[in-house]
Amino acid sequence: MKLMEYQGKELFRRVGIPTPRGVFARTAAEVEEFITVNPGSWVVKSQVMMGGRGKAGGIKFAHSAAEGGAFARELIGKVLKNQQSPDGEEVRSLLVEEMVEIASEAYASITIDRAAKKPVVIVSSQGGMDVEEVAEHHPEAISKYWIDPAIGFQPFEARQLAFAAKLPSGYLKAFPKILGGLYALFMEYGANLVEINPLVLTKTGEVIASDAKVELDDNGLYKHPELSEWRNDGPADDDQAAAVEIGLGMSNYAKLDGDIGVIANGAGLGMGTMDAIRIAGGSAANFLDIGGGAQAELVKKSYDLVTADPKVKAMFINIFGGITRGDQVALGIVEALKGDDVRKVPLVVRLTGTNEKEGRAILAAAGMNPVETMDEGARQAVAFAKAGS
Amino acid sequence: MAIFLDKNSKVIVQGITGREGLFHTRRMLAYGTRIVGGVTPGKGGTTIESGQPVFNTVKDAVDATGATHTIVFVPPPFAADALYEAYDAGIKLAVAITEGIPAHDMLRVVATTKSMRIIGPNCPGLVSPGLALVGIMPGHVFEAGRVGMISRSGTLTYEIVDGLTKAGLGQSTCVGIGGDPIIGTTFVDCLRAFASDPETDAVVVCGEIGGSDEEDAAAFIKEHLPDKPVVAFIGGRSAPKGKRLGHAGAIISGNFGTPESKLAAFAAAGVPVADRPSDIPGLVKERLAAHA
Repeated sequence: MKLMEYQGKELFRRVGIPTPRGVFARTAAEVEEFITVNPGSWVVKSQVMMGGRGKAGGIKFAHSAAEGGAFARELIGKVLKNQQSPDGEEVRSLLVEEMVEIASEAYASITIDRAAKKPVVIVSSQGGMDVEEVAEHHPEAISKYWIDPAIGFQPFEARQLAFAAKLPSGYLKAFPKILGGLYALFMEYGANLVEINPLVLTKTGEVIASDAKVELDDNGLYKHPELSEWRNDGPADDDQAAAVEIGLGMSNYAKLDGDIGVIANGAGLGMGTMDAIRIAGGSAANFLDIGGGAQAELVKKSYDLVTADPKVKAMFINIFGGITRGDQVALGIVEALKGDDVRKVPLVVRLTGTNEKEGRAILAAAGMNPVETMDEGARQAVAFAKAGS
Repeated sequence: MAIFLDKNSKVIVQGITGREGLFHTRRMLAYGTRIVGGVTPGKGGTTIESGQPVFNTVKDAVDATGATHTIVFVPPPFAADALYEAYDAGIKLAVAITEGIPAHDMLRVVATTKSMRIIGPNCPGLVSPGLALVGIMPGHVFEAGRVGMISRSGTLTYEIVDGLTKAGLGQSTCVGIGGDPIIGTTFVDCLRAFASDPETDAVVVCGEIGGSDEEDAAAFIKEHLPDKPVVAFIGGRSAPKGKRLGHAGAIISGNFGTPESKLAAFAAAGVPVADRPSDIPGLVKERLAAHA
């Protein structure tokens, strides 16, 4: 789950990372009221997931309550667009924050290094820029360190990183505490990514997280049920919602650009089926893994989900029965095609492995003739899709 | 001989009385695996219908049976604890079937249980055909032989193994290393074991998009496996960037984990990459003939 800036900063505060003073608002009235009580200059920041919101006009500077209110009215409901996000994203809430006087901008993040099986900390003295660009053009401004989870974070690691990345001396005192907080957040909340960019050194000598990017591992969310309501604040992931609704795992369905529907058992076979369709000259409309031991009911629901996409012109169901039984899948297919409200597209079935004979008999009784191999199935599905377009 | 598992390996099942655990215990017993008991806290002192004793703790099970291997079926919130318990009791190899274990739990587990080999999590387990099966794989597709197989996926492995078996290429050991971002045993760990196994003549590496395990495998093969033929496959080559496809680890993030990078790495190591699973048996035979 990706978090909005205001949510990330809420977690920052829980682990002792300083953030700018401010307020979260969903209405213009809230913004006006806040600035009226706290006169001064404020930054009004659109809360969206997309990157580059500043260039898309999503950040404004207000010097009075009236100005703040006007900006809020302009931003809430507006769809921000830029090159990275051509479809845009609607602004539904705002973060109003104090303007800080910047002396210097740094960067700090922690992600999982899969190969090293360790969290890797990246620190850069070039904050406010894309870290990959910095890595390319100013590699000397970046330092990395792999934390041993058996030992946990130690303050010396922060000092070592700060010196190696040549952070201005003003950062030194606060940095170990900030990085310690970041590591605590990373492990405690199960983050795939925690990033502060920029980590600002103010002219008055404070070190403050001016932005927050946090992405949490969905598998660890059960440890923090209090965060689940945040999910509704971001743009909805329609694929995940559709998968969960029919009883599939969250990442077992993904809509793609092609016109051949795919149902397979197992993630690897699902990907392999997409690839086989590509090699046969076609393109998959989706990825769908019905999982192990799928029952007839789930097969039917999966068929309906895939064919609900109007792009789908043909369907390839590819089953290698291990734990999944061929007869169950066959029953599901027959069941799926019953009734008048079903969208019928040319269907290719490949069914092999456990209870293959029983499954093929069920399909044959319903007038279907399964293919023998994955390659053959892919070729037929591509031919059907081409004939239908 | 095989790697990691043979017919003498004594295996316990953590979560043996659960629905999944019991179902697969029966299948593993039918395959000939030496299941010596299981663990379900609170059910110690009972037995399952085929007579294997159930213990309250892994320590009790190991003390009573001398088990060296375990297979873990417990749900995600309790899986890390189950692995620590196995490590504490002196287990040498743990297969973690569980899907959905938080990655950060696994970061801690792998950092602190280094003397225990962990296969998985989110994996189908391993099988040394004709000897023993510790996992949820369908035993009937495998046949004893001299090709080693390592894979990040389950069903795609069965697909490939089925093809190998039908082509007369039996397998020494097949290891499903799992589809999660943080796993205990990598391609390289398995390749190292196959490298020194005199009864494995060739190895099939079945990778997929995401991460860099394939690149690491290619580098290892180039350096340490000049005399053993290796054939590779990469699943998800037609996948778009940024979409997570089933496996938590199968995602292309930015320019990382792309099929292009993996193809280039295997090419540099002289490892042929099959376009389709059905091309693999032919490539293995070709390579074996070339090495003969």
